[in-house]
Amino acid sequence: MVCLIGANGAGKTSTLKALARMIPAAGEIRYAGRRIDGLPCHALIGQGLALAPEGRGVFARLSVAENLAMGAYHRAGHDERAAVAEDEARIYGLFPRLAERRRQLAGTLSGGEQQMLAIGRALMGRPRLLLLDEPSMGLAPLMVQAVFDVIRRVAQSGVTILLVEQNARLALAVCNRGYVMESGTITLAGSAADLLADPRVRAAYLGE
Amino acid sequence: MNGAWMAQRWQRNPRFGLVLIALALVALPFVVGAGLGNTWLRVLDFALLYAMLALGLNIVVGFAGLLDLGYIAFYAVGAYIYALLASPHFGLHWPVWAILPLGALVACGFGVVLGAPTLRLRGDYLAIVTLGFGEIVRIFMNNLNAPVNITNGPKGIAGIDPIQIGGHALTQPLEFFGVTVPGLALTYYLFLGLTLLVMLAGLRLQDSRIGRAWVAIREDEVAAKACGINTRNVKLLAFAMGASFGGVAGGLFASFQEFVSPESFSLMESVMVLCMVVLGGMGHIPGVILGALTLTVLPEAFRHGAGPVQQALFGQVLVDPENLRMLLFGLALVAVMLYRPSGLWPEPRHRLELGAK
Repeated sequence: MVCLIGANGAGKTSTLKALARMIPAAGEIRYAGRRIDGLPCHALIGQGLALAPEGRGVFARLSVAENLAMGAYHRAGHDERAAVAEDEARIYGLFPRLAERRRQLAGTLSGGEQQMLAIGRALMGRPRLLLLDEPSMGLAPLMVQAVFDVIRRVAQSGVTILLVEQNARLALAVCNRGYVMESGTITLAGSAADLLADPRVRAAYLGE
Repeated sequence: MNGAWMAQRWQRNPRFGLVLIALALVALPFVVGAGLGNTWLRVLDFALLYAMLALGLNIVVGFAGLLDLGYIAFYAVGAYIYALLASPHFGLHWPVWAILPLGALVACGFGVVLGAPTLRLRGDYLAIVTLGFGEIVRIFMNNLNAPVNITNGPKGIAGIDPIQIGGHALTQPLEFFGVTVPGLALTYYLFLGLTLLVMLAGLRLQDSRIGRAWVAIREDEVAAKACGINTRNVKLLAFAMGASFGGVAGGLFASFQEFVSPESFSLMESVMVLCMVVLGGMGHIPGVILGALTLTVLPEAFRHGAGPVQQALFGQVLVDPENLRMLLFGLALVAVMLYRPSGLWPEPRHRLELGAK
């Protein structure tokens, strides 16, 4: 579990979008030894990369269950149907709140529930790498706790997570490794514990 | 046979309801023809044409959420294909079963031509480009009479062959088990059949993988991409499908009118079809059909009713019915949008938004 932290406008989201092939990028992007910079965005999920976009981006006028089903869109075919249903049950286990509201329209969920749904939908694609863009944005502190608990559990289940976050303290607390970004370049990198102890990080991002 | 008994039968057996509706649809042209005359039979035929158009546009606007203000261009393409291949203009008289699919195909091609450069546009920007596209097609039709006369310019193409099925032209009445079916009623049955086909196609598409991809794009394009949807192809498909339905309707229009000219394909027509979709209930097929029927029949009712009503009320015609018609039509639109903002017959799921479990 890796995080990318930095101030507003440092280029964190742009980096993630470039990784997800949503905006053009120069240079090479490699994932699991293969170049992915030539692939279109929609092909990435087939390679095991899933993105939960910034600002949640759920399908507001679809129900929770339909949103999750869209996450498994690329898994076509009859033999996949049972596996998809199994994954859906697993995600309801992970997010009991979503199970309660499976027939409700996603647009009527609270911010935190929508964030959970966005993560759940990304997981429906059975990714090996999950890209999370600012999951704490605009959430109540209690909700942030709940969302991060789930992220930790997802990571424990064997999914690699790249987390982009402004809330540095929170991000470094759950991650193993971190990168600090300033104006588009990585200025510091190291284990989360080292970064948390680093006086420059403490001064700039932890407000000490 | 009383109402309660019918309602009971209906609940017990939905098929019974379908049979009733089918019987009503079959009997409708005779009732209208006998009660209101041939003018209204023509209105009925036009209502079905517009229903086909609205169903086609519903794919683009209702399902995929792409605001298209130039939809009538595809109708024009279909109509001109029919006019050119079945009229004395070029001396060609192709059969209808060859022209309609060809018209659909060419319109589909035009749909891709419009779709490809506008893939990155959304909302108002897309609306303006499609509006321009609609006007370009119309102006081309208007000016393609020189240096080589293809479309006969603003004079239009006259003398288009009526649709012939099994050697019988649909303008002639047909003797059928001792019952004389007038030509306009035959046209009605053909249009009704094709409308039902378009409707079934729409319903099937809505429930398909493609349909779900369209909805995803409508709701959130970034999230749709992240779910692995090839947004480019799926959007092009929406344009192409919508356009081909428009092309078929255009061909039917040309043969029904036996005349086409660029005037019939103005921006106002595009706006009208869009109104049908929005007023009926975007994305909901029965709603869209209701919208098309309402917006075809209502203005005609105003046209024929406004004069006599004024005569009866004031003893004279104060306002020209033609002017009053558009005024009342506009008021009706405003009223519907104020009191039923998601359309006359919206998709039931909109009610779910209120949080019902």
